[in-house]
Amino acid sequence: MSIALYILVMAGVTYLIRVIPFAAVRGKIRSRFVRSFLFYIPYAVLSAMTFPAIFYSTGDTLSAAVGTAAAVILAYFGLPLIVVSLGGSLAAFAVMLIM
Amino acid sequence: MNYTKGLRDGIPVGLGYLAVSFGFGITAVRAGLTVLQATVISATNLTSAGQAAGVTVIAENGTLIEMALVQLVINIRYSLMALSLSQRLDSSFNTGHRLIAAYGITDEIFALASMHPGRVAPGYMYGLITDGFMGWVAGTVLGAVAGDVLPTMVSNALGIMIYGMFVALIIPPSKKEKNVLFTVATAAALSIGLKLLFPSLSAGFGVIIAGAVSAGAAALLFPAADDKEEKA
Repeated sequence: MSIALYILVMAGVTYLIRVIPFAAVRGKIRSRFVRSFLFYIPYAVLSAMTFPAIFYSTGDTLSAAVGTAAAVILAYFGLPLIVVSLGGSLAAFAVMLIM
Repeated sequence: MNYTKGLRDGIPVGLGYLAVSFGFGITAVRAGLTVLQATVISATNLTSAGQAAGVTVIAENGTLIEMALVQLVINIRYSLMALSLSQRLDSSFNTGHRLIAAYGITDEIFALASMHPGRVAPGYMYGLITDGFMGWVAGTVLGAVAGDVLPTMVSNALGIMIYGMFVALIIPPSKKEKNVLFTVATAAALSIGLKLLFPSLSAGFGVIIAGAVSAGAAALLFPAADDKEEKA
C-alpha cells in the first residue's frame, strides 16, 4: 500500500480528533462514564504503548531493561521530560559499552 | 506580543521535542521509511505516540482501517484537551483561529496553554506551536539522516528515547493518584500479557485493546475523576 495514503489517513484522523471538539463542542459532556473514560485513556494508552515495546527498543533486553529502570527512577523524582528520556538512553548505552 | 510570549514560554518544549523526535526519526528510518516520509509524518501529525504506532502499522503492512483506529484510540486524549482548552479561549479566538490552532494541540502545548493565567489568545497558542513544530520537525530530520551515520550502538541507545518520554508522562501522575496508577499498571500488564499470549497480534491492536479495557475498568471503578478540578 502507498505510504502517502497511510500518512494521509494518519494526519487526517489526528487533525479531526483535535479540531472537532476545539471548533464545535462548547458544552460539557453529560455522561460521567465517558468523561471518566476520557480522563483515563491518555495514561492507559501511553502505558500500553510503552510496555512491552520499551524492552525491545534498543536491540537487546538487558540494556533496554536498565534504560527503562533509569527512566522510571528519574521520572519518579519528577525530573523534566528531556532528562528522563536522555537518562534512559545513556543508561542503556552504558550497559552496551560494558557488555 | 502574545506571539513572542508564547515563543518564549515554549522554548523548553521545543528543545525537548528536538531530542525526542530525533529518536522518532531513527525509528521511522529503521522501519523502512525515507527521510522525507518521516519528516512529512512529523510535520503533519505533531504527536509522539500516534506517530510511533503509525510507523509500526506501516512497517507491518496494516490496513488503513487499522491505521485510523490506532490513531483514534491513541490520540483521543487530544479531544479531551481540545474540549478543555476550548472553554479557556479569549473572544478573539474565532472559528478560523480554532481551525488552525487545533493542529498544534499536544500534551505539552496543552499543559502550557492551560497553565497560562487568564484567557488564551490565538497569538499565544501560535507561539507555543511554532516552538513545538520547529523542534519536532528538525529533530526528525536529524534523527532520520544521522540514524544511518551513527554507530549502531548509539542509534540503538537512542531508540529508547521516545519511550523514555512516555515514562516521564505517566510516572509522576501515577505517583500522585492511585486511580492513575491503577490505570497505568493494568494497561502495562494487559499489553505485556497480550504480547506474550498472542505474539501475532499487531502492536497497534494490542495498544487499542489494553488501553480501552484498562481505561474502561478505571472509569467503572473510579468514576468522575475529572470532577476533582471543578470541586477544588
